[in-house]
Amino acid sequence: MTAALHRLLARVRALFTGRQLDRDLDDEVASHIQLRAEALERTGLAPDAALRAARMEFHGVTQLREAHRAVRGVPWIEVIVRDLRLAVRTLRRDAGFTTFALLVMGLGLGGTATVYSLVNALMLRPLPLVDAGRLAWIGNRADDGVAVWHIQANHLRDLQAQSRTFADLAGYYAYTKPDDVKVTSASGTERVSTVPVTRNFFPLLGVEPIVGRGFTQAEGDGNGPRAVLISHHYWQQRYGLDAGIVGRSIILDGLPSTIVGVLPASFDFGSLFAPGRVIDVFPPFPLNDNTNRIGNSLGVIGRLRPDATVEAAQAEMEVLAKALERAHPQRNTLRPLVDSLAVHVAGHLRTALTLLLAAVGVVMLIVCANLANLQLARAASRRQEMAVRVALGAGRIRLLTQAIAESLVLCGGGALLGLGVAVVATKAITSLDAFKLPLLSTVRVDLATLGVLAAMAIVAGVAIGIAPALQVPTLSPQNRLRDGARGSSEGRRAQWARATLVVAEITFACVLLVAAGLLVRSLESAMHVDLGFEPTQATALRFDPTWPDNEPARRTAYFDETLRLARATRGVEAAGLTDILPLEGTRSWAIQGRGQVYELGHYPEGFVRVVSDGYREAMGLRLVAGRDLTRDDASPSEPVVLVNESLARTIWPGQDPIGRFLKSDGLGSKFERRVVGVVADVRHRALESTAGLEMYIPIRQTRSYGGFYLVVRSSQPTAVLAPALRASLAPLAADMGGSQLRVLGELVDRAISPRRFTAMLLGGFAVFALLLASLGVYAVVAYGVSRRRQEFGIRLALGASPGDVQRRVLSDTLRLAIAGLAFGVPAAWLVSRLMRDLLFGVTPADPTTFAGMIAVLGAMALVAAYVPARQASRLDPTTTLRGVE
Amino acid sequence: MGDDRSEILQGTLDLMVLKTLDAMGPMHGYGIALRIEQVAENAMRVNQGTLYLCLVRLLQQKWLSATWGTSDNNRRARFYALTAAGRRHLQAETANWARVSGVMDRLLQLPKVVAP
Repeated sequence: MTAALHRLLARVRALFTGRQLDRDLDDEVASHIQLRAEALERTGLAPDAALRAARMEFHGVTQLREAHRAVRGVPWIEVIVRDLRLAVRTLRRDAGFTTFALLVMGLGLGGTATVYSLVNALMLRPLPLVDAGRLAWIGNRADDGVAVWHIQANHLRDLQAQSRTFADLAGYYAYTKPDDVKVTSASGTERVSTVPVTRNFFPLLGVEPIVGRGFTQAEGDGNGPRAVLISHHYWQQRYGLDAGIVGRSIILDGLPSTIVGVLPASFDFGSLFAPGRVIDVFPPFPLNDNTNRIGNSLGVIGRLRPDATVEAAQAEMEVLAKALERAHPQRNTLRPLVDSLAVHVAGHLRTALTLLLAAVGVVMLIVCANLANLQLARAASRRQEMAVRVALGAGRIRLLTQAIAESLVLCGGGALLGLGVAVVATKAITSLDAFKLPLLSTVRVDLATLGVLAAMAIVAGVAIGIAPALQVPTLSPQNRLRDGARGSSEGRRAQWARATLVVAEITFACVLLVAAGLLVRSLESAMHVDLGFEPTQATALRFDPTWPDNEPARRTAYFDETLRLARATRGVEAAGLTDILPLEGTRSWAIQGRGQVYELGHYPEGFVRVVSDGYREAMGLRLVAGRDLTRDDASPSEPVVLVNESLARTIWPGQDPIGRFLKSDGLGSKFERRVVGVVADVRHRALESTAGLEMYIPIRQTRSYGGFYLVVRSSQPTAVLAPALRASLAPLAADMGGSQLRVLGELVDRAISPRRFTAMLLGGFAVFALLLASLGVYAVVAYGVSRRRQEFGIRLALGASPGDVQRRVLSDTLRLAIAGLAFGVPAAWLVSRLMRDLLFGVTPADPTTFAGMIAVLGAMALVAAYVPARQASRLDPTTTLRGVE
Repeated sequence: MGDDRSEILQGTLDLMVLKTLDAMGPMHGYGIALRIEQVAENAMRVNQGTLYLCLVRLLQQKWLSATWGTSDNNRRARFYALTAAGRRHLQAETANWARVSGVMDRLLQLPKVVAP
């Protein structure tokens, strides 16, 4: 065994010491012949005759050397190394082609690696949590079966106690808004984003504080001292990673809490549960009757027992939910919907990611087709070299491996470049904080990506090399040596192969252009959707006043003062208050028109917004009927409400809603509100989904809000408005904390960001594909023209006008384009059908997109053909016919 | 080949080379070839090329060592010597050869069996 090992090592060593070993062998053979000659001399031969005889006896020194190399080394490696060396030399000679090929391959492979990293992070890799496969999400189906709500605290408490499929269940409060809490310290006030979580939330996820500890039972249940956990990000940013953090006090909304622990940097709550948000502080969320009163407020997660499946959990949850609903009719309905956590977090992006992956695959196909085409052209110009090599006895296999070696070298270089592209691109993706996409922070180039990159490079290398390699057998030395001398035409087969590749490129470009076009058109429709309000020129500032008592007059006075100061600011055209901004989350209560009765659990849900007078103007919300809220809709006066058109239509179909009464403040409340006005529907949940039933309750007639936003409308740019507003609101500065002016347009941007992200990536791929396809068309047409110089010369000599020749070239090109479209349009039509889920406001067979794509491709083909066509028409018949070029 | 001298079986040459070096001490390639042909009394021919391939194989397996030196008649030559591992291998192979050749002998001497 050791002998075999020694031999193997020696053979590998021989790869590097080949020259020395050859010299040794030569010396040894020389000495052998010398010794033999001397022996022969002793038998009486003349010295030179003896030497000749000795040489004769030792037949085939060259064969021996070859055989020696094969025995002592690893021949196939040596062949490969020699091929690669030759490939590098050849490529260096052809710098223009090599640069182009490396660039194209680098971009193609870089795109592939980037999309793969994205897919890997969002779809393939388990969530960055302990034993993530056992984590599940438990939603609460709404009556319409589409929307999924959250779960009420007491339901969660009972499910925790009763479930056998879940080892544990935990929840987080799903309705906090960015910068929701004010932190006061010696250095002033700032705002932080909090998410209250149940005591077992982090233990369930397997997230252990890196410093300090989690919540104790008493802290978690709200009976002990106030305790909070902070995120690693906040620890770093606010405390500079101070090791003595545990036990320090932090004053949240005026109440001191103790920091008991810091979560690890690897845990990013936002990227899992609230994409695009950074959470700083986690207070405990106790499960008791008080928190139960908040309603469906908890995002619930569970860890499945080892023997339980999502399906088993779903079945069990349904049984438990029925029993709970029966036992507690006063609670909200519970229609549990169990999903694996991974599906909940990123499952909705599956279609988009699959599309991107397919797109990048198509891009790679185009890259390969393009480079294969160029390789074919180069092979054609090197036919003579090949013919000479065949004549000298080069085997087909060797020429084939040689051709593949060259493309492998190209793809290897391209892979290195692509790696660079992918590293930069993934870095850029992780920094897209404002994008409402989960797990972006975990996107990175890892081993799997490297593997995919390497595999793709090899496959591409072989694919590109195979086309010219297949030309090899058609080389019969006599023919090629004879007619290769003059620029005679290459075989029909080669021309056909090149045309096919170009047609394929156009086909693929077609599909990408349509896919990208549809996404861009969807993005456009989403951006131009009638939101029901005017986000441009509207900005919001958050206030969190602390009320010393429940005196309504004090609040009214406070609102009056806030609005007065805001309206007095230069440039402010309208100002109003609201408890909730569109696209930032929402809450709903069961509603009931006077005299209407529903079965319990089947009441319509109305989305509540608590607003002041002036809000409608500040938001640009249209009043459809009746009157707006006024300053006088305050506590002692008659309770009133504004409703949107959908609510009016649903509750009082075909009737005038003005003056009718609505039980809007929850079924438990005693009073009804009189509808005084109807406003337009607002796309509050998402740009793409229509409004629900919305109602606007006067802020001076309810206490059901935490803080509120001041919304102002102004044509001033934010840079001017912000300081002016801050200056005039200075008396209330303490209640604003460090809150930033929020431009409502940015909320819309954030809501649209996933769509923008996909459209941007796919658009980029489509443009790249179009460029490549046009280069492919250009290369084929230019090559065809150069091959047909004599034909054009004859035509011109026989009286064809330059215009005729030009038209001939252009029509040939158009034929290629039309062939590409003939395949591309049906393919694009199929693909557009598959991506239906991603479309908004356009049909998959959108005529504008298809027509646009055809126009773009046609124009591209003509532009690409123009230069060669002009060249053809300007040929001088006398020189071309003489064959002098 | 119009020659009734036997071609050497692959692997057998290994054994011959090892045994020759064991018996004669360090030798150069020409000497080994000469010695084998002498012992064979011209019943067998050694292809010099094959011999050098065999030598490099044995060298790589560390059964032989090689050094450049001068021959009896003051010629530069490469001398091969048996290593300790080579000697052990030779012993093992010798025993093996004896066994195989015994079996071969018996097999080849089997009388023809006539079916009853």
